Amino acid sequence: MSDFDLVVIGSGPGGYVAAIRASQLGLKVAIVERENLGGICLNWGCIPTKALLKSGEKFESLSHLKEYGLSASGASFDFDAIIQRSRGVAKQLTQGVGFLMKKNKIEVIEGTAKLEKGTAAPQVVVTLNKGGERIVNAKNVMLAVGARARALPQIGLEADGDKIWAYRDALAPKKLPKTFVVIGSGAIGIEFASFYRALGADVTVVEAVDRIMPVEDEEVSKAAQKGFEKRGIKFKTGAKVTKVTKTANGVSVAIEVGGKAETLEAEVCISAVGITANTDGIGLEALGVELDRGHIKTDSHCQTNVKGLYAIGDCAGAPWLAHKASHEGIHAAEHIAGFKTPNVNSPIAGCTYAQPQVASVGVTEQGAREAKREVKIGRFPFRVNGKAIASGDTEGFVKVIFDAKTGALIGAHMIGHEVTEMIQGYVTAITMEATEEDIHGIVYPHPTMSEAMHEAALDAYGRVIHI
Amino acid sequence: MTDILMPALSPTMEEGVLAKWHIKVGDTVSAGDVIAEIETDKATMEVEAVDEGEVLEILVAEGTEGVKVNTLIARLAGDDAAPAPKKAEAAPAAAAAPAKEAPKTEAPKAAPAPVAASGERIFASPLARRLAAMAGLDLKAIKGTGPHGRIVKRDVEAAQASGGASASAPAAAAAAPAAAKATPSLAQLGIPDGTYDLVPLDGMRKAIARRLVDSVNNVPHFPLFIDVELDALMAARAQINKMLEPRGIKVSVNDFVIKAAAMALKAVPEANASYTPEGIAMHHHADVSMAVAIDGGLITPIIRKAETKGLAQIATESKDLAKRARDRKLKPEEFQGGTFSVSNLGMFGIKQFTSIINEPQGCIMSVGAGEKRPVVKNGELAVATVMTVTLTCDHRVVDGAVGARFLQAFKPLLEEPLSMLA
Repeated sequence: MSDFDLVVIGSGPGGYVAAIRASQLGLKVAIVERENLGGICLNWGCIPTKALLKSGEKFESLSHLKEYGLSASGASFDFDAIIQRSRGVAKQLTQGVGFLMKKNKIEVIEGTAKLEKGTAAPQVVVTLNKGGERIVNAKNVMLAVGARARALPQIGLEADGDKIWAYRDALAPKKLPKTFVVIGSGAIGIEFASFYRALGADVTVVEAVDRIMPVEDEEVSKAAQKGFEKRGIKFKTGAKVTKVTKTANGVSVAIEVGGKAETLEAEVCISAVGITANTDGIGLEALGVELDRGHIKTDSHCQTNVKGLYAIGDCAGAPWLAHKASHEGIHAAEHIAGFKTPNVNSPIAGCTYAQPQVASVGVTEQGAREAKREVKIGRFPFRVNGKAIASGDTEGFVKVIFDAKTGALIGAHMIGHEVTEMIQGYVTAITMEATEEDIHGIVYPHPTMSEAMHEAALDAYGRVIHI
Repeated sequence: MTDILMPALSPTMEEGVLAKWHIKVGDTVSAGDVIAEIETDKATMEVEAVDEGEVLEILVAEGTEGVKVNTLIARLAGDDAAPAPKKAEAAPAAAAAPAKEAPKTEAPKAAPAPVAASGERIFASPLARRLAAMAGLDLKAIKGTGPHGRIVKRDVEAAQASGGASASAPAAAAAAPAAAKATPSLAQLGIPDGTYDLVPLDGMRKAIARRLVDSVNNVPHFPLFIDVELDALMAARAQINKMLEPRGIKVSVNDFVIKAAAMALKAVPEANASYTPEGIAMHHHADVSMAVAIDGGLITPIIRKAETKGLAQIATESKDLAKRARDRKLKPEEFQGGTFSVSNLGMFGIKQFTSIINEPQGCIMSVGAGEKRPVVKNGELAVATVMTVTLTCDHRVVDGAVGARFLQAFKPLLEEPLSMLA
């Protein structure tokens, strides 16, 4: 009856990882992809933006050579080459996914899937890219269809690829505009602002909430804004966008700040106001798949309310992060294979790769206080960390939050150089249910910036050494 | 590197005394070498090396008491073969595979210290350990659902929600009752400090205290007394011992008692029984425990299937067991699991006494001294060698009539020893 044990729809970091895991467990797996293997993450998200940001960071670092006793002249960049490098990186990784599919004997079906009523699980009808249709029956179907940039047509915020960009346009522009208004100060907005500012553009970021990066801890938001402003990015916080109008030379963005109307002019407006789950056009309504505020509703094993139908990643709700999707994909694949792992919940860190970087996991101080949790908070600035001073990377700090009653580490927030590489230390600690005693007992290698992670945890208990 | 863990010398052993090390750091040991002596409730056991290698570390000092089973006690350098890579997991098995019998031996501490030098291994997350301690839950009673059966936060929370695993649950019941109740100090009872010497409680003393208090508290005991004439037995014994002399075997009165008791148990199998909450266990064989007084306590080695054994064999075995008991060289299986006990204080001239049931056995027989006593025979006063035997019964399994029938079967076997051959 069934052609496959599992058909995964969508080959982003949730879908392709789930497919590989399922295949490792002996399941017969197919994956349906309408565009490129690797999904947004590899092609139009995480990876190509990191390539751009690295170019921006390297270029920016040239202006600090003197601090290190170095000099160079005639520093410049080739914008097309920067973009080409980024596209090349994406292509390389997409091919890598193709290789992994082959290696794991996962059949890749290129086309657009739609679900219909089936027996064990919904039937998957694929409109093939090469033409024609293919009906696939599987014992299990996993939706890993992701999300796309949110558009706000009511205020004229709809990407056109010319004057109003969404992430995809911002990743492969034909030329480098001189002025930007970025709407939204989440990770995506901040990363593009950081990149284009590093290349010298005039960038203003508009944020509706009264602080930038609103999901981060307030102290981090504040420090981040300072750090970005030092690099020349301008911010309009508590600013409501009322209208985005295309003009002859670019766009005009009408905002309201504290009841006062203002207008921002720029060549290009980048829209980074959140995402919309790709739940439309796949037949969910007819199957009666339950949604929750636009996302597919799932249980602790990523199962939807429809038998045999799983949903993972962006389409199944926040946080909209690749690693969350992969984690859910693995859990769901293992659940299909009969594993009894209790649930999918694990702490998910968030990372923003601007200059300075921001990384966090678990609760914020405000979140803890709102939940009336008694907490112990520790902080440690990089400016007194030996390695940071030696490297000239003294910006930022580490902040940790412990549950005062149990000593459990429940939140960690970092801003500074390469903190996105460091946060996993705290992720490991939280996942393994470490208490303050465990972290205090860890020997952090010297000299490293990660020593600040130890000091912050010591500080929470009045034991900080280097302050 | 090879970890050497505190061995469990018996299924019930929870801790022991690391009595002696036979190795020191730097020694090279091979499999089979005696590396340590462990003193448990009942015996001193030699621990043999299972692997070979150089002794890297000795983590528990000689003489340390209360070393929990599975505590890391020493380390050998071995070939550090990396664990073989996992084979492709068979799908459900990999997850469903029950966690290995994790040695969850540690009771929760109020504030869990970082892993102690003694290396106690607890398969529970640090937070789970702390939460359990805060809630007064016993980790041993909590099922872990984390990786490899590790106890994690959600498991403790679930146990808390279900109200299970409270500290008063099974594990705590095993703890010495003395510890549970606050015992008034001797000073409070009017015996001032300095007027006595305090002998530390060793494992055996603690075990005796615990087991007998439990028995007295748990078991509805009652005694039955009967007198047994021994003249015919003494004559038969002299004859048998003369015959056995060339083989160097000497049969004691106690050996006759064991043999007769075993045969009587076969005749009245209801007396060869144990009370369990699930039902009454009717034992297939008469495994007779014989109480042996040793320095610092007593121990009850077992003559297995005594009903199948001849007197010579019983005599040989009992002599060997008693000697090794006194040397504390018994193996756990040699003193654990009898179905009936015989305790004999006849050699001390004790006329009669009443023993405490050796749980889970249904009966224990107390044998007094054989002595010349006036007896009435055929209406006339006569002198006979008589000993008084007491049978203490667990009324849950052995009712008065059952105990009486057992003694009725037992008595003639000794009074007419030839009947043992019948």
